[in-house]
Amino acid sequence: MKISCDIDIKHLTRVEGHGNIRIVIQDGQVREARWEVVETPRFFEAILVGKHFENAPYLCGRICGICSIGHTLASIRAVENGFGITPTVQTERLRLLLKHMETLQSHILHIYFLAAPDYLGVGSVLPLTRSHPAVVQQALRLKLLANDICDEVGGRRLHPTRTVVGGFTMLPDRYRLGQFKQRLQASLADLDASVELFRSFSIPDFQRETEFVSLKGDGDYPFIGGDLISTDGVVKQEQEYAAMTNEYMAEWSTSKLSRLSRKSFAVGALARINNNFAGLLPEAKVIAEELGLIPVTARDGLIPGEPGMAGAVNHNPFMNVVAQLVECVQVVLESMQLIDDLLAVPWQEPRQPVAVREGIGVAAVEVPRGILYHCLHLDAAGRVVKADCVIPTSQNHANIRHDIEELAVFCAGQGKKDKEIELLAEMLVRAYDPCISCSVH
Amino acid sequence: MTKNKTFLGVPVARPKVGFFELSSCEGCQLQLLNNEATLLDFLSLVEIVRFREGMKEANDEYEIAFVEGSITRADEEERLKIIREKAKLVVALGSCACFGGVNQLKNRFNDLEWVKKEVYGSFPIETQEVKPLSAVIKVDLEIYGCPIKKEEVERIVTALVLGEEIHHPQYPVCMECKARENICLFDLGEPCLGPVTRAGCDAWCPSNRLGCWGCRGPAPEANLARLQIIMAERGISQERMIDRLECFGGFAGFVAEVKANKEESK
Repeated sequence: MKISCDIDIKHLTRVEGHGNIRIVIQDGQVREARWEVVETPRFFEAILVGKHFENAPYLCGRICGICSIGHTLASIRAVENGFGITPTVQTERLRLLLKHMETLQSHILHIYFLAAPDYLGVGSVLPLTRSHPAVVQQALRLKLLANDICDEVGGRRLHPTRTVVGGFTMLPDRYRLGQFKQRLQASLADLDASVELFRSFSIPDFQRETEFVSLKGDGDYPFIGGDLISTDGVVKQEQEYAAMTNEYMAEWSTSKLSRLSRKSFAVGALARINNNFAGLLPEAKVIAEELGLIPVTARDGLIPGEPGMAGAVNHNPFMNVVAQLVECVQVVLESMQLIDDLLAVPWQEPRQPVAVREGIGVAAVEVPRGILYHCLHLDAAGRVVKADCVIPTSQNHANIRHDIEELAVFCAGQGKKDKEIELLAEMLVRAYDPCISCSVH
Repeated sequence: MTKNKTFLGVPVARPKVGFFELSSCEGCQLQLLNNEATLLDFLSLVEIVRFREGMKEANDEYEIAFVEGSITRADEEERLKIIREKAKLVVALGSCACFGGVNQLKNRFNDLEWVKKEVYGSFPIETQEVKPLSAVIKVDLEIYGCPIKKEEVERIVTALVLGEEIHHPQYPVCMECKARENICLFDLGEPCLGPVTRAGCDAWCPSNRLGCWGCRGPAPEANLARLQIIMAERGISQERMIDRLECFGGFAGFVAEVKANKEESK
């Protein structure tokens, strides 16, 4: 089949940050197929040097406008691990609740505002306000709920104010927290409607085998701290993050890139589900199954990391959007339980005393787009000597690039039209929900 | 909505607006989407013709350009100049655009080569000293904050559409904080820039028991000399005070003064 196309997208739309797609096919042969990252670096790791530790979470939250809570919590965990502080159960519950609501907010933003327009044949969410008003309203309700809870627990939905090393500056209102549980319960109907909407979407059937990295569950579905795992069988401890990410530079990207067992790997909702499907709540599992997101691992009783894993995970990157929806259900249900647990006991002081000591602190936190690492070297006065942040999207860039190469070959083989190829390539990148300015930071 | 009225030459009836971002977290633009309850009303007020992060369609027929982020690379300067040529009104959206924001903290080393090496090693990477928009183009209106306060943006945009004059508060955050009857952060042993920072955020951080970091820059009447005395009286180190004053770039002139005095006294 002889097809030719010349696709040159400068600054892809409906993604956070600046990236380009270039695909050239001549007479059915792929000449070029590239994903390029052109974002300007902001040098956060240098900015932190010499700063007292209390600056770190405050500044690091500002790496990202979508997952500022995740960055803030990762930075706090890095400092606390460096100082040898163990947060109280109350603080851990509040942090997880806050993180879950960021995940819900971010996933809904991506699913409805960034990804869904492609599946509904429009250029943005704006026409949907007229053609699908009920859909837009349910998205706004879910997003509002998540943001309201972030305000209540973290002080602010973007760049949180109450989250500090040692705990929180102040606690949420118990009565309002109880009310939020009611709203979370009610939001399940909107999530059901979202599942119905997804049933009408035709997710492109495109597979490229790769490796998936996430936190390692132990019968649960982890978000903050613990061991690291890949579907190729690598297991490492949190503080060994550098051996899991192996950062390097390439001329096509201002973001650092990562690899592990292969030329690239993926992180994010799909990676988490591929590794930790068994830890999903039954309600979330049912939805995953209904939407065709069944890692073969779970079906065959295989466990990630064991021989026979290869080919036993879901390798369709477009399914990341489905995985995000499944996670929305997971985090809403977990949040209701967290509120129950919080309200079942009297509350302690919001903030623990902080004793400064020299040390290296590493934090691994699952944020909406995948696993995030912060590492801080702190001196005896509590000042940052060296900082390192490894961002989920930076870990995904190489995988996106190889996907684009494969997609171009796939499209050339199928004789697809220019516009179709262009849309598929855009949808592919969007499926990763890249946070490009975050990845370059 | 009245027709025929104009503001700085911009027709007030549903102006065409574009959103742009330079080096930033893009959080200020997302703040607009974060106001779910009034988002649809807000959208009816303006016609968005360019918003890369949210829509695929784009055209350059905008009258008002909202620009987020600071300038850190030559191509950003060029993009900004083109935006200035096309827009009738350029609005700096957020502290990065107004003062350089957290990005400008890298300028404090006065050593770009070290900064590049610290993050990228020997890999060649292009960057400049961080600049606010006003260092390169004429800015018509500044909206302060990291992040911007969406209620304030809505108020300002509504005023723009109606052709009303826009006023920023002249008083500091302390006034708003007192009005909210908060416990003074200084009494809790926390440093706070509330006494000198421009109000308009409704004491967002102090109301959550976080001392102000000065993201909105100095209030026109700020008594900075007195701030140093308050901090000293409360036993807060100069380092902690400078951490906050230099964080967003709004107090750059004063920070340079304090640092120079510190050098002199050594």
